[in-house]
Order: sequence, then C-alpha cells, then structure tokens
Amino acid sequence: MSEIQDRADTEGEATTGMSTPGNTTGSPDAKGGSDKAGARASADASTGVLAASRPGVLSRLSSRTAQRSPAAVSWIRQAALLPVLVVILIVGATKSDAFFTVNNLVSGVGQQVSALGITVVGESLILLIGGMDLSLEATYGLAPMVAAWLIVPTMAFGSGALLNPYLGILILLAIGAVVGLVNGLLIVKARLNGFIVTLGMTVLLAGVQNGIVHGQSPYELPSAFSYLGSAFVGQVPVSLLVAGAVFAVTGLFLRYHRVGRSIYAIGGNPEAARAAGIKVDRVKIGVYVAGSMLAAVGGLIEAGKVSSVTVQQGYQEGIIFSVFAAAVIGGVSLRGGRGGMFGAASGVVLLGLVQNIIDLAQVSNYWQLAISGAVILFALALARVVGGEASAD
Amino acid sequence: MTPTTATAVEAVGIHKSFGPTHALRGIDLALEPGRCLGLVGRNGAGKSTLVSILSGLLQADAGEVRFGGEPAPPAGAVHAWRERIATVHQHSMVVPDLTVAENVFLGRLQQRGGPPGWRPVSWRAVRAEARRTLADWGLDIDAGAPCRKLTIEQRQLVEIARAVASGTRCLLLDEPTAALEHDAVERLFERVKQLTASGVAVLYISHHLEEVFDICDDVAVLRDGELVLSSPTAQLNRERLVAAMVGPLPVREIDESLSRLDLSGARAQQGADHLLEIADLAARSTHGALRGVSLRVAAGEQVGVVGLISSGVVTLGRIVAGADRAESGTVTLAGRQLPNGRPDAALHAGVGYIPEDRRAEGFVGPLSIAENVTMTVTDRLAKAGRGVLVPRALERAAAPLAGALSVAAASLRQPVAELSGGNQQKVTVARALIRDPKLVVAITPTRGVDVASKELLLGALRAAAERGAGVLLATDDLDDIEHCDRVVVLVRGRVAAEFPRDPRAPAPFDRELLIAATEGLDTQQQQEQTQAQQSPSQSQPPSQSQYRNDADRKDGRA
Repeated sequence: MSEIQDRADTEGEATTGMSTPGNTTGSPDAKGGSDKAGARASADASTGVLAASRPGVLSRLSSRTAQRSPAAVSWIRQAALLPVLVVILIVGATKSDAFFTVNNLVSGVGQQVSALGITVVGESLILLIGGMDLSLEATYGLAPMVAAWLIVPTMAFGSGALLNPYLGILILLAIGAVVGLVNGLLIVKARLNGFIVTLGMTVLLAGVQNGIVHGQSPYELPSAFSYLGSAFVGQVPVSLLVAGAVFAVTGLFLRYHRVGRSIYAIGGNPEAARAAGIKVDRVKIGVYVAGSMLAAVGGLIEAGKVSSVTVQQGYQEGIIFSVFAAAVIGGVSLRGGRGGMFGAASGVVLLGLVQNIIDLAQVSNYWQLAISGAVILFALALARVVGGEASAD
Repeated sequence: MTPTTATAVEAVGIHKSFGPTHALRGIDLALEPGRCLGLVGRNGAGKSTLVSILSGLLQADAGEVRFGGEPAPPAGAVHAWRERIATVHQHSMVVPDLTVAENVFLGRLQQRGGPPGWRPVSWRAVRAEARRTLADWGLDIDAGAPCRKLTIEQRQLVEIARAVASGTRCLLLDEPTAALEHDAVERLFERVKQLTASGVAVLYISHHLEEVFDICDDVAVLRDGELVLSSPTAQLNRERLVAAMVGPLPVREIDESLSRLDLSGARAQQGADHLLEIADLAARSTHGALRGVSLRVAAGEQVGVVGLISSGVVTLGRIVAGADRAESGTVTLAGRQLPNGRPDAALHAGVGYIPEDRRAEGFVGPLSIAENVTMTVTDRLAKAGRGVLVPRALERAAAPLAGALSVAAASLRQPVAELSGGNQQKVTVARALIRDPKLVVAITPTRGVDVASKELLLGALRAAAERGAGVLLATDDLDDIEHCDRVVVLVRGRVAAEFPRDPRAPAPFDRELLIAATEGLDTQQQQEQTQAQQSPSQSQPPSQSQYRNDADRKDGRA
C-alpha cells in the first residue's frame, strides 16, 4: 500500500507543479518525470492491470496538454477576478489622488462593502447547494427593522417596547433563522420552486418591514446596536474585520469541515450525495437558515453604519442584484457545487471599488447605475476569458 | 391476412459501428405485410441499434432500408419516416399535459384554410378524427381527456392510435409489455392481431420469449450484431430459441485463474445467521415493481439477483440501500430493521451501495477522486468529532482502495468527471467498500465497463465477501454472477426461480436455464432436474418457482 501512497504523492506533486508536460510523454529531458512514469507503470503492472493503465495515460495527456491541471482549475476559477481587480486599482489611481489611500480603501470602501459582503457569503452558500434565495435582501432589511423598532422610543418611530439592544440583536438573528427555516422547509420538504418561494417571501418581508413602522425610518439606534456597523479600530472599520472573519471562517468551513464538503457534494450531484449517506435535506435547510442569518447580520451592519433603519434598506434598494453579481463574477456557479469564498470576496471587493471610483470621479447621479451595470458585465466577460469555460456558468 | 407480394420493410446488409464496437454486422431482415415478426436477443445484441436504423433515427454505415421496394428517405427526415413506419417505445412518448386527440395527431394537426404558415388548427376536426380512429380500433378512450389521466396501458394505446392514424403500414413495438400487467398484455395482443389482420406489418421486440411464441408469426434472433436465426415461429421450440440467443459460451481468459481459487472458506460461513433478511417486499417504482419478494443473504455469501430491466431487480437493490421506499415488507440487517427510504441510515447500519446509474448517483463530478471515495466515511475521518477534514488525510484514506481497484488517473485530486466511465465506476465501487460494509448492494456494477475492469470490480466484491460481508448483486448481465454462491431470478417483481451454485460444472450456473427463467418461461421442470443433482437446501418451494401458471394469471386479473 505504501507504494500506492507514494504514487499518489508523486503524481500529486507533478499535478500541482504542472510545468513539465514532458512527464506525460516520457521525453528524456524531463528530469525525474520519466522515472515517475516508470514507477507508475510498474505499480500498475504489480496490481495486475493490463488495459486499465491506458485510459490513465490518455486522461493525463488531455488534462495537462489541453488545458490546466485539474487541481488548478478551481483555484483559477476563484482567482479569475484578480487581474480585473488590478486593472481597476490602476484605473482608480489615475482617476483620483484620493483613491490610493488607507482612508479611502480601508476605511471607506472597507466599510461600504462589508454589509454586502456578509450577505454575499449567505447567498454563496445557498448557490453552492444548488439553490437560490431572492429574499435575502428583504431579510437584510426586515431583521434590523424589527429589532430597531423594538429598541428605539416611539418618538424615533419605535414601538415603545424599549427593548435591550443586545436582546434586539438576538431577535434579529432569530428572524433570520426563522425566515431561512421557512424558505428551507418550503423548498426542500414541500418541494416548491425556490425562485417563486423566495420571491414571494421577499415581497412579504418587505411589506412587513414597511408596515410595522408605517413607512417611517427608526433612528437614534443605541450604540450597542450600531457598534458593528459604525465603530473603528484605528483606521480599520469593525465591520470590515467582521466581514473578513466571516469570509475566512466560511471558507475554511467549506474546505475543511465535513458539512462544508457535503455542501459541495450536494451542489455537484444531490443524488450521489444522498446515496453516499449524506443527509441532503438537513444540510440544505441548514444552509438556507445560515444564509438568512448572515443576511440579517449584513443588515445589522448596514443599519449601524447610517444609525438608522430606512424603509428602503434591502428590498427597495434592490441589493439582491449586487449580491448575485458579486457571487457570480466571483466564480460561484448558479448551478451549484462550484466556487468558493475567495472568489466571492473578490467579487464583493470589485463591486465596492467600482462604486468608489464612480463616486470619486463624480459621475453624474443619473448615469451611475448604467456604468456599474456595464462594469459588471465587463467583469463577468473578463472573468470567463481568464478562468476558462467553466468559470462563469 | 391480406395477400400482398411486396415486403413492407426490408433491411439489406445493414452495418453499424460505434467507435470500435461493431454493433450490427450485415443484417438482412424483411417485414411482410400482415405478419408479426419477433425480434429477440440479449442485451447488447444490437436490437436497439437496429430499431433506431429502421425508424430513421440512426443512419446505417452500410446497407439499405427499403419500404415497399422503394429506398428509405434520408435519416433525419422525420416526417417522411413517420409516414412509412411508426414506433411505439417501451417508455411512453405521449405528452402528458395534452389531450388524447392532440397526442394522436401530434405534429400533424389538421388545419383550416388560410395563407401558408398561418393556418389555424381546426380543433373540431382533430377531435372528430381522433374519436373516429379510436372508435375504429375499439379503443374506449375519451379523446378530450388529458393523457395525464390515462393508465400506462391506455397511453400505449394512444401511441398505437397515433401510429395507425398516420396511415403507416409498419409498426415497431419496442418492448411494449415491459410496463404492463398480465391482462393488459393480453388486450395488447388482441390489438396487435387486429393490426396484422388489417395488413399492417409489425416488428415486435421483446425480452419475454413466451410473448413471442404467443403472438409472432416469425422470429429473428440477433446475437452480437448478427442475425443468427430467422424462422417461422411454428418451426421453433424454446430450447432452440434460447440456444440461438445465448450462443456458445464466451471464452474468458482472465477469469480462468480466478475461478480456480478455492472459495470454500467463504462458503463455510453460510450456515451462520442470516445477515440480511428481506421479507415480503412490495413497491411500485419506475425501476420496476416488486410484488412480494423475500430473500436472505448470509454473511460471506454472494447472492445474485437477476432479471430483466423491468423485473424489479434494480428496485430490490435500491430499497435495501434505502434509495427507494417500499410500500410494504421489511429489510432487516444483522437483526435490526432498516428504516424505509433512508440511505444515510442504511449506510450507518453497514450497507455499502453501488448504484445502478453511476452518473446520476455514483459520484459528484466536480469533486476529486479522494473526496468521492471518502464521501461515505467523512464521519470517521473527521478529527476528534469536530468535523474537520484534511485533504491529505482524505487522499491517504482513499489511496489503498483506489490503488487496489487501479483507478487510472493523474492524481487522486483529479475531478471524477474527467475520468473514463470504467474508472468512474471504480470510484463508485470504492466509495461503497471503503466503509467496510457488512452488506454490499451492487446494482449492475459492471455496466459499460471493459473486461479487465469488470474482473477487478467483481473481484473486489468477492474480496468483500471473503472478509465476511454479504453481497447482494442485482444485475441483468449474467456474466456478473459467475462468482455468486446463489442466484435468484426475478420476473415481474416476483421470485421466479433460484439456482444454487454448481461447483463441479465448468460454468457455475447453467446460462440457458437462467436465461429461460429470466425470460419468464416455465422453468419448473428444468429446475427440478437441477435440484435433483444439487443440494436442495437453498431451493425455493416449487410453487414459487413456477411463473405464470394459472393461479398467477388469476391473481393478475383480480
């Protein structure tokens, strides 16, 4: 068995190294490569396989020479936006002297994108299991609205309940969890179409958000409630630290936790995951719950940033468009099972930078939407060129 | 029978290859008007290819198809072909949400006058025509009803009505009885006789040989892409027909050394408690219904369950693995009853599952070999209950099995989607075996796999049995069961026969007997002879081994 282990290891290295096409052909100038190939052949012979080694050679040839090594593909898919980001940074620097400053990029853009970013993590998880959730934007508005409404006094358009702000945050999380649970049950257990379920949920939640405050926007949020969205550690906004932590923890969870891996398995092939004993329904519902809770946290940060929960927050702003755009240009597949947190984060950063440049360049308000839409389409096209066939479906 | 001289359809010297596979090697076939020709042959004999060529879906590499003496339209000219020959497929091809009338005239709805391209459909004419066609053939089906509400049998009749309404004089029936109950089969036969009596030429494809004797005037047997027998049914008996289908036993080099291995150790354990006990399992399923199957598998025993695709063998395997739900009956593994339809519970109870369709259920394409192989053991590999999986640990865990099955790939990190079919199947098998299951449920594990890989996969199952696992091998390929200790034959969801291994014979199982049994022939007599020669302990009572006796038919009607 140790022989086989060696074989797997050397091949693994050769794959990640991927710079020596010689070891597929066994040409003499590929040092060591031919040795490995020889060892491999003898390993095959020792297990007594005759015909089976041939398809292996074929698949090695096609995967190395035709395009990139398989192990590199998912990385490329995620990193496809990096060159685009470099271009945007250069463009930004030429447009404004204020662009390349810590004050702008960390304090400004950093705070701008963190609420969106945390919501994108939620949506990415849901996309990875092969689902979709339009109602995240409404949860993003409703959850902080209900919490704020319970916390602030009546003269600031609260309910008068004057709830403890920490309790309010718990309620905010609970609202996220309940919305996610209802979505998950309707989609997974009742087998309703996810698009329609979450579309209906969006309108319902947005209506409640508007209804409980009669169209007013609660303000004077207590500092405990707005801390996440407004506080700074030096020049670094706390919201950016939180968003970074959420991305990092989720990324590690997806990569190294068995539930995280089962998310990829479910998105890649739910029937195969089920046959392998994965509790598909439970994981899916859990992901809907987690996604909605993350959207609620995103909403909390957004509310803290402006120290108010507006009726527009979420649904009326239409942030779901940015959420999907960031995830998809970051390489998260709408078909499920592909993509990761690094890509999603780069998608969020890209959207933030584009908005920042548009702001700095003092583009007319009337044209801002058109420009950001065009940039997103451009980024998507470019990401596909860089990342290859599979990177933008 | 209408006296006509011209043949309705004629195939002359048809050749067809798919890559290296020579599927058809010079087939000559003629369909006479007013006669029913049965086309039989085992899986892979070339029946489907021939049907596709005769119905214009495939172009032959060489040779010619003629209709009434005239050359056939070019392949792909759908409408031209439909006018000459109509096919009723095994799986219903009606559009469930449209009405019966619209389905009967699908693609050729009558139109009212108007400028070309803008003629509106005349629904009145469509309905009237459909009603007339249905009435002509004595079909009691409401032309205005949506097809969704029809039974499978009625849907098939709609397809036949569609065929005759198109004015065709040739009808291809591709395993039309696969989904039908006994009495429905008999009614279908009445229709077919009606059709032939009116001068239509019928090509009847079936796995059920007794149906061929019931209804076909002539029989043609395909084997390995060649027409090995063509004769009027009246001049044939079952033995000759089966012999023609099976042919000489295939020579198998790799296998010889394996078959000499002494397996007495494994069989010694058979007297032990039953590992798996299946009791009165019944289920409706798209994979074939079960109508009360009971079966036992001992630890270390390999039990083959064979039957035609629709016979329920796949359903049986799926239910044991938790992939399908049973309507009644129980599955008990090592004394504990398995919950119905819970693959995760089955896995944790010790069932390793090799699904029938590897693309649909066997692996997750974008994920690596290592991840796919270890997918069933993540709970064991995860560190200290916290659920953390390290990729290197996955590769280390997957390497021994991937090596033993010689999965050929660039590395264990390669996505399974990039592997060849045979290697994908090895990954699927490794995924089932890595948990060291008490019971392996393998459904058609060698389908679409080359000979060398086949032996490896079957060897892996045997190795699992030698370690003490029970193996339930559900298959429609008789080559798979060579290492089995016992073979159970299912026909239409019931256990029709059971054969113990014959250790002295050159082949452990009599292929002709097995095939005759899977085709639903009455095997009682033959089986009694077999039983006399062999140990009687594992045999079923004769009442169960008999298929389609009178009592059974009455059950079907009731």
